[in-house]
Amino acid sequence: MLGGRDGEGVALAMRVIVGQARISDAPRLVEITSAHVDSCLYHGQVSLDFAHRLGDLGARVRVPTTLNVGSMDLIHPALVRDQELATAGRELMTAYVDLGCTPTFTCAPYQLPNRPALGEHIAWAESNAIVFANSVLGARTDRYGDFLDVCAAITGRAPYAGLQTTEARQGTVVFDCRPLGDFLHTELAYPLLGHHIGSVVGAGIPVLVGIPADVTEDDLKALGAAAASAGGVALFHAVDITPEAPREFADLPTSEVDLATLQRVRRELSTTGELDAVSVGTPHASYAECLRLAELVADGPPFKVPFYLSTGRATRGRLGPTLEVLENAGVTVVVDTCTYVTAILSPDWKNVMTNSGKWAHYAPGNINVNAVLGSLAECVASARAGQVVLDS
Amino acid sequence: MIQGRTLHPGTATGEPIRLTAPLSFWGGTDEHGRIVDAHHPQRGAVLTGRILLMESGRGSSSASSVLAEQIRARTAPAAIILTRPDPIIPLGALVAAELYNLNLPVVVAPYDDIPDHALVHIDATPARATITWTTA
Repeated sequence: MLGGRDGEGVALAMRVIVGQARISDAPRLVEITSAHVDSCLYHGQVSLDFAHRLGDLGARVRVPTTLNVGSMDLIHPALVRDQELATAGRELMTAYVDLGCTPTFTCAPYQLPNRPALGEHIAWAESNAIVFANSVLGARTDRYGDFLDVCAAITGRAPYAGLQTTEARQGTVVFDCRPLGDFLHTELAYPLLGHHIGSVVGAGIPVLVGIPADVTEDDLKALGAAAASAGGVALFHAVDITPEAPREFADLPTSEVDLATLQRVRRELSTTGELDAVSVGTPHASYAECLRLAELVADGPPFKVPFYLSTGRATRGRLGPTLEVLENAGVTVVVDTCTYVTAILSPDWKNVMTNSGKWAHYAPGNINVNAVLGSLAECVASARAGQVVLDS
Repeated sequence: MIQGRTLHPGTATGEPIRLTAPLSFWGGTDEHGRIVDAHHPQRGAVLTGRILLMESGRGSSSASSVLAEQIRARTAPAAIILTRPDPIIPLGALVAAELYNLNLPVVVAPYDDIPDHALVHIDATPARATITWTTA
């Protein structure tokens, strides 16, 4: 492939893969069964230049490839305020579909059918998708960046390095969560816990003890997303929950997580008081989360501030009458993109509430807002009150 | 003088800036090369043209794109010295080289000896990286 046997586009992609393999000291490449491509989010002219170069040189993906969020909501295009960004965002998303990728446009590809299985080698980008695939599904992907993701899809290969290898998947530090008690049965525990462990371990591999057996995939999604953004966590193990969690971990350094720690995290991620808008669904809301929001908003007073829900177009398509319930209650449903990666919220809004640790971490830098972190119920109550309302 | 390992070749000269906490280019810097991560202790600092000393990258997988775009727009650091190999940062440099023939050297080297107020020169070939400096 490197020599141009399969065309110049494949040769370019292979130069990227081999260059990365060298940097990672990979002894060889490994064949992958799927790819998830984050490069379809517009970061400037370079995004378009790279996709067009690959297309002009005749490259096509050779494994099933899903696409991450773009900069544009193709189903509700009027939501994106910045016309220049909307045009470039749409052009880039189209360029990736033209390379043979499936137009899923979601940051939660693990909510789609045909999820990778335990032990499968894959090449996924998007930090929350990486940590979910590795931790919850037990598939194997290293932390891949933009460009590498599509090059892996085009060559069907990734460097055999990092989390592709068995040795690199062992836990490095234990977090005993049992002191949190019943708080672990609340949804808010998971983004807070994720932010905390990510801040502490950096790129290490946390082993969590005490996560209850009835924890949901949505909880693990929130935990992983927050841990990946606060640190570089690409894999965690939850003992007795996730498929590769260790049974023996007595020799690892251990720290306890208590309620006071998570309350401090919540204060760090929140400013309180005034409220201009609410944005939930980062990473993209699952079907179950959309139903839960619909239950919360079906009856009750109207919202006093705008309320956004980000989800995948496939999930939106499954909602049926629930979509109407949400929209009638004043929820603006955003698909294909997310409120903190493109120009959807008004630049005049300063204080925005979310149920996502990841959103609370990135939105202040990305779109210049103060974030408030709360549970989904607190987000709904606050939107109705027109100010931040917290349960505790 | 110190020697290091080349992750992306090139030559550069500039004043160093030493990060006191990890930084993701995406969400952490803007198109002008300024640190915008609200949680970063050096928020507001401009990295353009500087020799960036940082332990490793952090967080998002979009960092390669942001760095490549900064290289294209000439707002990137002049060079990046890491203490641990990180695949995402040199990938941005590799793509900018493929598309625009612009080379931002990325090297791994123990940089503690580099003084804060100095003019640092990096000569990174595929075989090895050499880092020298002069103080005023």
